[in-house]
Amino acid sequence: MSQFLYLFRGGNVEGPPEQMQQHMQKWVGWMKQLSETGNLKGGEPLEKGGKVVTQKNVTDGPFAEAKDVVGGYILVEAKDLPHAVEISRGCPILAVGGSVEVRPVSKM
Amino acid sequence: MVAALTRIFGVHNLALAEDVVQDALCRALEVWRFHGVPENPGAWLMATAKNRAIDVLRHQRTARDYAPELGRLLETEWTLAPVVTELFSQHEIEDDVLRMMFTCCNPRVSEEAQVALVLNVMSGFTASEIAQVCLCSEAAIEKRLARAKATLAESKTLFEIAGSSEIAARLDVIHRALYLLFSEGYHGAHPETALRSELCVEAIRLTEILAHHEATAVPQTFALAALMTLHAARLPGRVQGGELSPLLEQDRSSWDRALIDRGVRWLELSATGDRLSEYHVEAAIAVEHTTAARAEDTRWDRIASLYDTLHVLRPTPVVALNRAIAIAQRDGPERGLVAIDAIPDKARLEAYPFFFAAVGELELRRGHMDAARSGFERAHELARNPEERRFFQSRIAAT
Repeated sequence: MSQFLYLFRGGNVEGPPEQMQQHMQKWVGWMKQLSETGNLKGGEPLEKGGKVVTQKNVTDGPFAEAKDVVGGYILVEAKDLPHAVEISRGCPILAVGGSVEVRPVSKM
Repeated sequence: MVAALTRIFGVHNLALAEDVVQDALCRALEVWRFHGVPENPGAWLMATAKNRAIDVLRHQRTARDYAPELGRLLETEWTLAPVVTELFSQHEIEDDVLRMMFTCCNPRVSEEAQVALVLNVMSGFTASEIAQVCLCSEAAIEKRLARAKATLAESKTLFEIAGSSEIAARLDVIHRALYLLFSEGYHGAHPETALRSELCVEAIRLTEILAHHEATAVPQTFALAALMTLHAARLPGRVQGGELSPLLEQDRSSWDRALIDRGVRWLELSATGDRLSEYHVEAAIAVEHTTAARAEDTRWDRIASLYDTLHVLRPTPVVALNRAIAIAQRDGPERGLVAIDAIPDKARLEAYPFFFAAVGELELRRGHMDAARSGFERAHELARNPEERRFFQSRIAAT
């Protein structure tokens, strides 16, 4: 088993509260499933704003377009990269125009 | 509320669940004092407890383990709030209440402790209230509760009802605890008031949850629901103008017809099994009383023989006393007094005011005024609240 980081981008649902609620329900359902199968190892959603720090300065950021901002991350355990991709296909973000970046954790 | 929180935190964190409820209650008192009681206080408390639970989980995320089956769902913001909200929904709570009742009735703690746990955890009884119900000391109850909670904590999750083989054994204890809860409300030992209908309502609520769940909808449960609703139907007649009113003098038109009908329906449902429980017999007695249009229409012969049966099933001095009273109604006060005298362990009734009141009543009826008076005086000394004191005072005056 190896670990993979999923980065969620875009896929912001705007609309009436019921629609947001419904979308949230789907997320919870997916997470529950990952938790039951033991694949979920942790992770958190992220606020929109923040700071970008470099040696020279600290700026408000991230400046990327809304669809490119990372909205959250989770850590998943899977057999290999194809398996991790397979798991990510269940993510509700895909149905609302978002993406999941699947990155193997490097074993140094 | 404790049930839902225990499902979330795990049985080993029962004390934490109780703390959260306590916090919610304190917060309610604080806020309501300034802003008035909200329209739906129950929902307000529930929401407050829920938010407090989420706070606790956020701040102590890794400091403890919570319910293992919820695992990581409580550890991440992705799911924390929605999962807790879901567990606080009406349907889930009823389920948790049921599972919590079964958890309390763990065979590894003594039966007395199981009853104490149900009263404490499910119905919020204090140790001193439980001591009064169980006729023993407060210190003993405190010790009993602490030990029992430590035992429960060995298993981290609530009792799983589906497919369990232990349901029947545990259900008997649940029935008994609910029965005690109801009795405490109906003629309890509370120092301020003789009648606490909210306890009766709570007992009926919990019993009807059992009666509606397929795993626990058995004849004994129905019989228990029957006897509670039939007794509760008479509650409006029990206190009249702030005074306790004995059964035979109650205004029968004040009895709750709808509850009587509900009780009769439960009793009909209960008549399906092959086991005659004490609750069946008691419900049958209650039906005799509630369906007699006037006190003098009561079929005392039926009631006396039902008490004979009950005394075989549950040979306690209180049942024996009631049986003696029924005999007195059927055969006259002399026979009743003989039956009272024959109660084997009547020493255990020494602190029970209605024991001496019953003796006084029968002595009064056969014209022995001095004996009647001393009976009522003993009862008056032992009275546990103002209603009882005033009632016995009025009986002393009648001698």
